[in-house]
Amino acid sequence: MKVVIIGCGRVGGLLAAWLDASGHDVIIMDLLTRSFDRLPATFGGEAVRGDGTDEDALRRAGADGADIFLALTEGDNRNIMAAQLAREALGIGKVYAKVNDPMRAQAYAELGIGTVCRSTMIADALLGAMGLPEGSEPSVRPGAEHDHAPIGAAATAGHGED
Amino acid sequence: MFVLVVGGGKVGYYLTRELSESGHEVVLMEKDRGRADQIADEIGSIVVAKDGCEGSALADAGANRADVVAAVTGDDEDNLVICQMAKHHFAVPKTIARVNNPKNEPLFKHLGVDELISPTRMILGSIEQDIPVHELLHLAPLSHEFELVEAQLTAESPAVGRTLLQLELPAGCSVVAIVRDEVAQAVGPDTIFRAGDKVIATGRPECEPALHGTLIGALPGA
Repeated sequence: MKVVIIGCGRVGGLLAAWLDASGHDVIIMDLLTRSFDRLPATFGGEAVRGDGTDEDALRRAGADGADIFLALTEGDNRNIMAAQLAREALGIGKVYAKVNDPMRAQAYAELGIGTVCRSTMIADALLGAMGLPEGSEPSVRPGAEHDHAPIGAAATAGHGED
Repeated sequence: MFVLVVGGGKVGYYLTRELSESGHEVVLMEKDRGRADQIADEIGSIVVAKDGCEGSALADAGANRADVVAAVTGDDEDNLVICQMAKHHFAVPKTIARVNNPKNEPLFKHLGVDELISPTRMILGSIEQDIPVHELLHLAPLSHEFELVEAQLTAESPAVGRTLLQLELPAGCSVVAIVRDEVAQAVGPDTIFRAGDKVIATGRPECEPALHGTLIGALPGA
């Protein structure tokens, strides 16, 4: 599976290392080269310095044709924008954005972006550890499977659509 | 009209002030409390010191009854999310986003932002249209040795007040037409050149300094 990860922080770096170790094809992007220090020396994927909210940078990094796109930077809005760019411009089928504001997480899940909300996830984990019932908000929401043509392709591939 | 402006930088500040002065109901959201207080001191208590990207903050500021939401922060990703939340969560009829990277325009349009304002594109457009006064503007090469040029006449240009026959054009150069008040017209024997005319001429590149001198005036330093 080809996986693109934006943001080589604690979560992104860990996930990139695990996915690489289990044989997946991993590309990880970050604005700062030193973030890649988090990756283990054995990391065999691609670590590319660049802006994951920039379409040209994503293409240069080789994000085209990825199976899964994970936007895991520290900014909710950067993640949302990167995920939508991956979905709409690059046509990547499965995209997830880390969105820590629960309301935004819900709103974007409704728009088809998979969201992971750290706030509800940690709260639920702690409630569980205390033996209390978890909150009603899910911390991971699957996005809709992507089934339309990328931007730009729409103009030429519009036959038979209504 | 009720307008919700998000982002209290220079653009948001002046936009809020202008809208307020022309009688619209305006609320400005600025997440930096210091900046929000400063603006509130100047234009009154229409400033909400909250992050306009947060759903609950938008709700508090009255997004559900806004006619227009204008997202004018300095960050494209914030402006996109503000407009999308306004549109999809609060059903705001019109959303406007400031876009700094012109390459983001198709994505933002595609994702449902109603109006895009791109300062970068505006300045680019202005530079590309900018005609340097007192210079010959190269319109097109007609062949390797022949160029089509445009000369904008000013009040000081030697050609002003004269007809084509009274001009001593350099050998090999000819005047093709003029553009006067945005209308292109042929140059007849009675046509008298005026300040503001754009004279369309052809000539060899080596004749250009002479052509410049005849039509516009001597080149600086020549």
